[in-house]
Amino acid sequence: MSFSILFPSTEHKKETAQAPDFFADLNLDQVVDAITAGKEEYNLKPFFYTSLHDADLIRYRQEVIQDLENSALFEVVKSFAEEMRAMRQHLAQADKLYYQLQKQSWFLDAVDIYCDAVASLAHSLSGLDVKSRGFAGLREYLSSYSQSAAFTMLVQETKKVKADLASVQYCVLIKGDRFTVRNYTSEADYSAQVENTFAKFKQAGVKDYRAKFPTEPEMNHIEAKVLEFVSQLYREIFSELKNYCSRNNNYLDETVSAFDREVQFYVAYLEYMLRFKKAQLSFCYPQVSDRDKQIFANEAFDLALAQTIINEKSSIICNDFYLKGKERIFVVSGPNQGGKTTFARMFGQLHFLGALGCPVPGREARLFLFDKLLTHFEKEENIKDLRGKLEDDLIRIHAILEQAGPNSIVIINEIFTSTTANDALFLSKKVLQRLIELDSLSVCVTFIEELASLSDKTVSVASTVIPENPSLRTFKVVRKPADGLAYAISIAEKYRVTYRDLRARIHS
Amino acid sequence: MKTFLLYQDRDFELPQKLSADDRAATRTFQVGSRLSLAAASFDHRQKLPSNEDALMQDLELTTLFNAMALGDEFLFEVAKKAVLSGLSNDVETIFYRQDILKDCINNATLVREIYATAVQAIESERKSYFNIFSRYTASVLYSAIEVLQMFVGTLKKLRRIAGEQSIQFQSEGFTALFAMLRRELDDQFFAEIQTHLKNLKFRDGVLISAELGKGNKGIRYILRKPSENHRSWIDRVFLQKPAGFTFQLHPRDENGAKALSELQARGTSLVANAVAQSAEHILNFLSMLKTELAFYIGCLNLRARLTQIGEPICFPRPAPAPDRQHSFHGLYDVCLALSMKRKVMGNDVRADDKKLVIITGANQGGKSTFLRSIGLAQLMMQSGMFVPADSFCANICDRLFTHYKREEDVSMKSGKFDEELSRMNEIVDHITPNSIVLFNESFAATNEREGSEIARQIVTALVEKQVKVFFVSHLYDFARGFYDEGLDSAIFLRAERQSDGTRTFKLIEGEPLDTSYGEDLYKRIFKKEEKRALN
Repeated sequence: MSFSILFPSTEHKKETAQAPDFFADLNLDQVVDAITAGKEEYNLKPFFYTSLHDADLIRYRQEVIQDLENSALFEVVKSFAEEMRAMRQHLAQADKLYYQLQKQSWFLDAVDIYCDAVASLAHSLSGLDVKSRGFAGLREYLSSYSQSAAFTMLVQETKKVKADLASVQYCVLIKGDRFTVRNYTSEADYSAQVENTFAKFKQAGVKDYRAKFPTEPEMNHIEAKVLEFVSQLYREIFSELKNYCSRNNNYLDETVSAFDREVQFYVAYLEYMLRFKKAQLSFCYPQVSDRDKQIFANEAFDLALAQTIINEKSSIICNDFYLKGKERIFVVSGPNQGGKTTFARMFGQLHFLGALGCPVPGREARLFLFDKLLTHFEKEENIKDLRGKLEDDLIRIHAILEQAGPNSIVIINEIFTSTTANDALFLSKKVLQRLIELDSLSVCVTFIEELASLSDKTVSVASTVIPENPSLRTFKVVRKPADGLAYAISIAEKYRVTYRDLRARIHS
Repeated sequence: MKTFLLYQDRDFELPQKLSADDRAATRTFQVGSRLSLAAASFDHRQKLPSNEDALMQDLELTTLFNAMALGDEFLFEVAKKAVLSGLSNDVETIFYRQDILKDCINNATLVREIYATAVQAIESERKSYFNIFSRYTASVLYSAIEVLQMFVGTLKKLRRIAGEQSIQFQSEGFTALFAMLRRELDDQFFAEIQTHLKNLKFRDGVLISAELGKGNKGIRYILRKPSENHRSWIDRVFLQKPAGFTFQLHPRDENGAKALSELQARGTSLVANAVAQSAEHILNFLSMLKTELAFYIGCLNLRARLTQIGEPICFPRPAPAPDRQHSFHGLYDVCLALSMKRKVMGNDVRADDKKLVIITGANQGGKSTFLRSIGLAQLMMQSGMFVPADSFCANICDRLFTHYKREEDVSMKSGKFDEELSRMNEIVDHITPNSIVLFNESFAATNEREGSEIARQIVTALVEKQVKVFFVSHLYDFARGFYDEGLDSAIFLRAERQSDGTRTFKLIEGEPLDTSYGEDLYKRIFKKEEKRALN
């Protein structure tokens, strides 16, 4: 029986070693870095690089995350992870140590922690109401694994050896440069006797004069010698320990181990989400469809931007968008620094995260399940590349249009800036025309306002400013005709040079 | 073991950090039950009043404490703490201390010897201080044993005094202390200590028990007392000695020697701690003895000084807080006497059943001095001291407040009045019915009518709330108003001025007059100007 918390069936299992091409353009590299920070040991990025293209796979993950939003389950999973981490640290320590008797003890503890971790996860799960296929599957798997003969045997042996070792008591008699290790025969505690003599003076609040001793796991050769003598005093116990270690070398169950890694995909994402929830930002489970292109999102935001300014306590601007009927393409125009690029990135991020099966930043959303996500963002000029910038733009756009199909999402940010306005208009129209023909969902950020009304498939949206103070950008991107007037007028008002202002100010 | 020389049933604590000298004295002592005197579990710490600074300033307490301390910083701190915290003492505690103080006066030399013994032991310990705080167990143990040896000498000396001299002491406090010393520090105790100090030299090696912890490293190292060889020869033959394995270090194995001594340190750490803590406990006991005796030493110093000047002292009769008593003969301002280094004028007043004392009259006629002598006597009585008077009886109070005209802020009249009322506000935050408030020319930073009205409202409220008020004032409207009301609970005193304008500095009972003889003062100070004007 095999099982995965990330995929409904192990045949779907897939990881991608390389980040997709659009990652940097959409700032998803920053997002995934932030999500996986501190969890490097799990190597989670290959999961985050792999988007899903099947609505059922996405629902499988959404169910799991919904279960994990129950804090009781989340805590269970986290404490399991902590124990498994402790187990790995014990194994690593065992590896580093020099003396066999020490290695054996650390190994024994590692297995002990593992047994506890599995048993307590199985126990906790049996008492929790889980609705996802993922956790139901895990519960079933663990219930049979934890009751298996092999596992129960492992638990028993481990407890026995540990109890035996804990029962060991010995004495060391140190005299000059020699010492003797021997059995403890109930000699009286002398410190207690001394304390007793002086008890009559006892007050609270005296200093602690106990020396601090090193606590590193290693032993010096004297301690090792003492331990060797102790193992000779207790021959049976120590030979049992040795046999135990060689017998249980392969104690770790593969499925349990895989779960430990895979579930961190969710844990990492949920912990990441929590930062934003604390700042009153919402996440939602998007509806996904690979047919319906009438998408929408309310109160969505750019995660990469939000994660950098959330610490600065500036308010994060949320945006709404929708496409209905034949609408396919957002043409984004408006003042610079007004949130155009942010809007484009947000659109891409939402779709990508939705395709991972994760909640997306926004209050509610319906998203399209794409086959390919293609982006073209302006790049720094590459000196080594002998092609000119315009040529480079064209070559890259061409490659994108070659790959794109009706189910792709294409995001284009400010192309053809390095040519004349006429050229740019001409080339842009051509590109847009092609996208219209393809019927793919697109976002096109441009300074060319004519593009906005090219077809009934295009929707004009624009960044906005606050009329009284145009230098303050709202970062709100709203549907409106691309007339460029609002911006100009607001600046005129600021400088009191509007028609009315001038009428009033100019005295005849 | 407890000294209980300031309270019958709890320790006297010095809460603030004092000079480095007295680190020991600042520790929090737990109340034990070695003495059978009502050892309720106290969490109570005698607190300094919130208006400590105002009291220090207005009553010139520094002068008093200096006379008690004779330059000794520790005595100063103890005197200050004991006097200022005395307001929370009950009548019983006051008598308890008076009795001890009487013993001290009758056995001054011996009491000073006990104090010196404690001081000397504490100082010798300080020299070993750095070793005890060493991070090496062996040197902690070594120093602690040394300190203990020294303390044993001190304890024996105290024990001897307790045995031989106790007959001369009558107070409950000293009787109990000496009985406790005789009981606890018996011969068996000293013998036990000697055995331990010998054993701790480990002539037969160090025997340590241990168990296995994480990574099979040793844990729970406990020093063991080797079983003594008192067994019969049959036992010795038939009982097997514990099986053992012995390891001999190579002479050049320096790391091994270090590791072995660390192992020994792990085993002896607890016992070193126990010995060091025991030394500290004894130190704390001696510090407690020192701290509590310090108060009485301060009293002896003050008494010696006043005797030298020729000023009288008496043990006052404290009445319960709800009573209204205030009667005395020859009450003088002890701080004035100490700084003038001569006898000063005392006052006689019978103000029993009075809640309001209004003092008016001549400038520099001794009004402020009188007010201060009231405050000082109250504090001294409540801390268990003698008071500067021929006789003195007053009810104790919960709180003592001073509200004095402040010199600063002369430029802004409204600001000054604001400041005065703000201080009044603070006082009211803390006041209780059985408090005493000493007003000295308060609320005069505005015109007389307004000042009188404010003063009238405040005083009326306080008196109705059972607060005892002493009010020195030039506010004629205010003083006259109360006088005309004819209150039974009010008494009016006036600074005396003879017809030639000279002052006796003595207060007499009398109605308020509408001049404070400022003219006299003006004439004296502006003598030259006047002369010049005449010429």
